[in-house]
Amino acid sequence: MPTTLPERPLLEVRGLTKSFAGLRALDGVDFTLRAGEIHALLGENGAGKSTLIKVVTGVLSRDAGTVALDGRAIAPRTAGQAAEAGIATVYQEVNLLPNLSVAQNLFLGREPTRFGIVRGGAMRRRAREILKDFGLAIDVAAPLGEYSVAVQHIIAIARAVDLSARVLILDEPTASLDAHEVEVLFAVMRRLASRGIGIVFVTHFLDQVYTICDRITVLRNGRLVGERETASLPRLDLVTMMLGRELSEATHERSHAALDGGSAAYASFTGFGKAAYVAPFDLALHRGEVVGLAGLLGSGRTETARLLFGAERADHGSASVNGRPVRLGSPRDAIRLGFGYCPEERKTDGIVAELTVRENIVLALQARRGFLRPLSRRRQDEIAGRFIRLLDIRPADPERPIGLLSGGNQQKALLARWLATEPELLILDEPTRGIDVGAHAEIIRLIRQLCADGLALLVVSSELDEIVAYADRVVVLRDRAHVATLEGEAVSETAILSAIAATDAVAGRHAA
Amino acid sequence: MNRLLPVLVTTAVFLIGFALCCLQFPNFLSTRVVFNLLTDNAFLGIVAVGMTFVIISGGIDLSVGSVIGFTTVFLALAIQRAGLPPLVAFALVLVVCAAFGAAMGAVIHHLEMPPFIVTLAGMFLARGASFLLSTESIPIDAALYTDLPDAAIRLPGGGRLTVIAMIMLAVFVAGGLLLHVTRFGATVYALGGNRTATALMGVRVGRTTILIYTLSSLLAGLSGIVFSLYTSSGNSLAATGVELDTIAAVVIGGTLLTGGQGFMFGTFIGVLIQGLIATYITFDGTLSSWWTKIATGVLLFAFIAFQQSMVGLAGRRSRRRAAGVAPA
Amino acid sequence: MALRLPRAGTPQILAFLAILAVNWVVSPQFFDTRFQDGRLFGSLVDVFNRGAPVALLSIGMALVIATRGIDLSVGAVMAICGAVAASLADSHPLPVALGAALGAGLLCGLWNGLLVAVLGIQPIVATLILMVAGRGIAQLITEGRIVTFSDPGLAWFGGGSVLGVPAAVAVVFGMLLLTVALVRGTALGLMIEATGGNARASALAGVGTRAMTLAVYIWCGLCASLAGIVAAADIRGADANNAGLWLELDAVLAVVIGGASLFGGRFSLGLAVLGALIIQAMNTGILLSGFPPEFNLIVKAVVVLAVLLVQSPALVGILPSRQWGRSWRRR
Repeated sequence: MPTTLPERPLLEVRGLTKSFAGLRALDGVDFTLRAGEIHALLGENGAGKSTLIKVVTGVLSRDAGTVALDGRAIAPRTAGQAAEAGIATVYQEVNLLPNLSVAQNLFLGREPTRFGIVRGGAMRRRAREILKDFGLAIDVAAPLGEYSVAVQHIIAIARAVDLSARVLILDEPTASLDAHEVEVLFAVMRRLASRGIGIVFVTHFLDQVYTICDRITVLRNGRLVGERETASLPRLDLVTMMLGRELSEATHERSHAALDGGSAAYASFTGFGKAAYVAPFDLALHRGEVVGLAGLLGSGRTETARLLFGAERADHGSASVNGRPVRLGSPRDAIRLGFGYCPEERKTDGIVAELTVRENIVLALQARRGFLRPLSRRRQDEIAGRFIRLLDIRPADPERPIGLLSGGNQQKALLARWLATEPELLILDEPTRGIDVGAHAEIIRLIRQLCADGLALLVVSSELDEIVAYADRVVVLRDRAHVATLEGEAVSETAILSAIAATDAVAGRHAA
Repeated sequence: MNRLLPVLVTTAVFLIGFALCCLQFPNFLSTRVVFNLLTDNAFLGIVAVGMTFVIISGGIDLSVGSVIGFTTVFLALAIQRAGLPPLVAFALVLVVCAAFGAAMGAVIHHLEMPPFIVTLAGMFLARGASFLLSTESIPIDAALYTDLPDAAIRLPGGGRLTVIAMIMLAVFVAGGLLLHVTRFGATVYALGGNRTATALMGVRVGRTTILIYTLSSLLAGLSGIVFSLYTSSGNSLAATGVELDTIAAVVIGGTLLTGGQGFMFGTFIGVLIQGLIATYITFDGTLSSWWTKIATGVLLFAFIAFQQSMVGLAGRRSRRRAAGVAPA
Repeated sequence: MALRLPRAGTPQILAFLAILAVNWVVSPQFFDTRFQDGRLFGSLVDVFNRGAPVALLSIGMALVIATRGIDLSVGAVMAICGAVAASLADSHPLPVALGAALGAGLLCGLWNGLLVAVLGIQPIVATLILMVAGRGIAQLITEGRIVTFSDPGLAWFGGGSVLGVPAAVAVVFGMLLLTVALVRGTALGLMIEATGGNARASALAGVGTRAMTLAVYIWCGLCASLAGIVAAADIRGADANNAGLWLELDAVLAVVIGGASLFGGRFSLGLAVLGALIIQAMNTGILLSGFPPEFNLIVKAVVVLAVLLVQSPALVGILPSRQWGRSWRRR
């Protein structure tokens, strides 16, 4: 971190206020970014992080307050104007164009021209030079869509920086990257910071905050809670700032239900797999047991879940439920067998945003009954009402379109959708992703309770501490293969980590 | 390479089709047939250039046929009834058309409505306006209208490169340059890829959208001028359904109807293929005109199915590549 | 359905009544209705009678649009089915002619459905194929002529009546009742709305989204074929060139006037049919007021613009009504 001009703020936000329909989304928020620092912007869902970013980058207008860049007040009205002023944003979903070439993406809207004609050769040469700075040596004439999300992120950052950005806002850039890709991204961020660019880093991952950020600003309910140096802020204090209360012990306590070792498996899969998707694996799931699937992103966790649910058709192996061989050709087959699956991507794979909470809850049950046996409106109301009470879905209005609910409540409604079908096996893919810490604890409590009620549970999660907290057994995946199984006392964060990191030879020894 | 494939296939289909025609009818292989193909389809080609921009940007323009009809009636009235010199009338009608397209583009952008429904309104409006101007067919007998269609460069083999055909070729060349080597063209592709992302990248989406529909209507107006020259008349029913032929030509030319991919050259071949089918049916003499529609439909299906399988393959490939980025 | 309609459809009902009132002002005998030869006659009856083809199309189109689709081929399918019915009417018994026409409609619907649901082609693209080729096929059937028929059975659909109600209106009413019973009496309605709202999520919840998509296109083909029969019966002949010409656009317009979003999801069959009647009432009004019929297109354009304004996401929030103010979400 350069020590030149540490006192002069690069970006200074004072008293920013923004209301939506009378509701204060931002209430007199201050925020200061210095040149050359990486500054974490943290807060629960609804804290006002994205509103702050949108106001600063001109996507939203403000009601009151000032934004100053280098001491000069600015008021951009579009993302383009903000970029011209020197503030660039890279979002979680890479906002580039997969159908254009890498070079075109880097230079869209500012292509080098001569007499109005774009100079393609010069553009590609410049693109290669720019990307070399970021440690990428790729074919810049190839369509962007052919590269991985991590590469696309770096290209998006490269574009932003090359647009002479001095403030770079990264909104959850690491959410869909694996550990190695995160490292690559961090290297890029450090290099940019050393060149004097101020970086605002929004993330859910506290580990990453402590790895890379110099300072932290915490928002809660649209207000500024505080700004601290990372080095002098213990983790517990940070969580307290974010939550405004002590984190319940729930997520860190281990309470494995005693394993009924003798009971026969509810569902078992032998040599189950699909070419170029997940290597064949054996897996047995028991009633009253939580099995965790751990591994890095892209290691085959979600793929395993989709295979078990029939969302992807296995081309190897066999499945049996209660000892009887079954066919899993589609989600409908799986649902008929009593399986349920809450997918990771709530918005695209889970909710039907326009339909009401009631309709979303009864959807799977109705689909299983078939369209010829409609649930009466009274039955629907009764089912929806029961689960809204049971899971404490808020607001408790079954006729509200589900798209208007918060992420945590949508997740609970999806859980209700499957619970309504009275499943015997529930597959939860990242049940706590993207929801605030409060709802987090509730979801975990629910998982435990379901398990106690005799459900077989399979939970995919990248939060190792969570998995350790509730799983009786953890299956570790690496490179699209099941590489280790940890059971009982062997389940710990370090054991999982070493299984993920182990080479094949060592992994064998870790496997229980 | 991949993205060139549809155009290569289109070109191959045209060449094979042409070769088959030549085998069946020895007179087919003559400069006369080839250049008549250009002249007869000039108005379709001009409007297809505009449609190529629209479709690559992820939109659609249903109004072009009506705009052509409106243009012919407007010209007939302006030249025959009001006695305006043809060139003045041309300029006037082009201004009207451009303004009309700009209005549609502005509505699409500012009201955030689908182009399908906005240009549907434009289609009703333009056709209705031409009906209001006149419901009868008006012959135009200005000097320009008798001279220009006959002006042509004579070629060996009886071929005549008419002024009309030259206008179309010029429009294709200009359109190709605009699409492939300018900033505007790159933005058109960007819009077809992802509108929101393009806006977030700081590109002026609204301006480009309005320009695209302005260009489409402007070229529809030019096409109307050519159409009126070709038929020497103005008719409010002229060019009914041409929007469909135009869209078909663009798609047969290898442009993805969902936007983001395509080439101007492909559209040119697409127009020629449509012309080839019509010429074949004329040469045959026993086939009825409806076979043109059926053949166009079959070709349309073949190309759409082909593109669909290409997109499917590309999707699978990129997924594999994404998976293949190893966490070393 | 019956309970939802008045609440959600207030603007549409008011618009319809307002247009009828305007028609009455320009033509005081608008509401005069005679009973003659066992059938009702009059301008108001005419609105319903002439609106029948578009009303039939709008029933199928409403379902297709609910799945986030569109069927551009219905006009061409009308021409095909009308041609089939008319060319068989005098040589074959009525059930054969009707069965063949309905069968042709089903086939066309199946073709569109397969392209969309199985090959995964965008609906606007997939149905464009039949829109282009269909009219050629219809001309192939009629061999380019206008095929007339004299069979009274088929002609009944144009001039006959049921309890005094014109047959075409009765067909619309019957089809509407049948369709409502099918989608709201079962869970099909919910599943169609779920498919349109989010097909991926619905499939993972066990909804047979492909089957739903296939079914709505087939049903749309069936509706188009009924519309083709009614249209052919009306003129006692099949005109492959002009039957159903541009009616696909009227049908889409009717559904949109009925408050549906082109981006799928919620639908109301009753309001879609009301939308068709609104369009027809305007047409009739223009005729009655002595304006040239060409004026129709201008008025239609104005209606589309009005709908655009009302449903534009840019203006959402300014308008009070939920049904009309709903945003057109992209994607």
